[in-house]
Amino acid sequence: MAWNLDDNRPIYLQLVEEMQLRIVTGIYLPGEKIPSVRELAAEAAVNPNTMQKAFGELERSGLIITQRTSGRMVTKDASLINEIKNLMAKDIIDAFLNNMKQLGYTRENTLNLLADTLKKEDSL
Amino acid sequence: MNTLLECHELTKKYSFKTAIDRLNLTLEPGKIIGLLGPNGSGKTTLIKLINGLLTPTEGTILINGTAPGVATKKQIAYLPDRSYLNDWMSVSELIQFFADFYDDFRPARAFDMLDALKINPKDRLKTLSKGTKEKIQLILVMCRTASLYILDEPIAGVDPAARDFIIHTIINNYNPSSSVLISTHLIADIESILDDVIFIKDGTVTLHKSVDDIRMEEGKSVDTLFREVFAC
Repeated sequence: MAWNLDDNRPIYLQLVEEMQLRIVTGIYLPGEKIPSVRELAAEAAVNPNTMQKAFGELERSGLIITQRTSGRMVTKDASLINEIKNLMAKDIIDAFLNNMKQLGYTRENTLNLLADTLKKEDSL
Repeated sequence: MNTLLECHELTKKYSFKTAIDRLNLTLEPGKIIGLLGPNGSGKTTLIKLINGLLTPTEGTILINGTAPGVATKKQIAYLPDRSYLNDWMSVSELIQFFADFYDDFRPARAFDMLDALKINPKDRLKTLSKGTKEKIQLILVMCRTASLYILDEPIAGVDPAARDFIIHTIINNYNPSSSVLISTHLIADIESILDDVIFIKDGTVTLHKSVDDIRMEEGKSVDTLFREVFAC
């Protein structure tokens, strides 16, 4: 799996986002064991310390749980995963609305255009 | 936190030219550090001083509390910016050569890495391409068990695929008790594997910070920051 990292933003934040995406999209399932820091660092071609920092962040949010004996696994808490998913969706919508605003679309224009596009997609 | 390397008011003068000018630097174990600076900023001079190949005009260097000498050469694995290996030797002879020189050298690991790169250990060094020679030198250095690895321009002459291999070698070799100091101009290629970067200019350290702190505070990559700071 490729990790597309942006040059200008902190690397650990991007690693957190990628791991969140993998968890909410079910690449790593609830309760499933996840690969080691070293493996994921090698896969992403990043410093293991940076990956460790990202894992620390994911542990703090409760998305990843560390068990002394069996390593790290994804939380079994489906509502937490859903909550993160909703936050990510909201970020995408906010960014979209912001871009539309920059293009000069009012909220109403945007909504109409979106409805049209969805309608066309349905008829395909 | 114990220190791996400490330079205090380090100065090196070549007759009239001051290459290193009262430089202060402290490195901790467990980090991958980029040593970045424009041509002639003193990177190679600093590296040679740390390796005991040059003696300071003034100031001190301590590696794990010891001044450069025979004892510190056991702790530092150094990749120079040019080849010093006998090119009439075969690759397997070079591995034996390193094993004879360094107690901490792991020949089995070196052979594994050669195998992964499909390099025949029976080939003589002089029959190999420039890029392959560089890979072999890096393998020899990284297969030591040192506390400080110093790599002077390790990715300058190799193709992008080999660059990926070198980067993976550095990551896979990472261990929390040792550090890797990498000098390079190709910042963008290695930025994501660095913990910290050191900017050096006119023989002094002008910046020593973590990559993510730079990106957080400046909102730009180290590569971009470098181009701005050292714009000609």
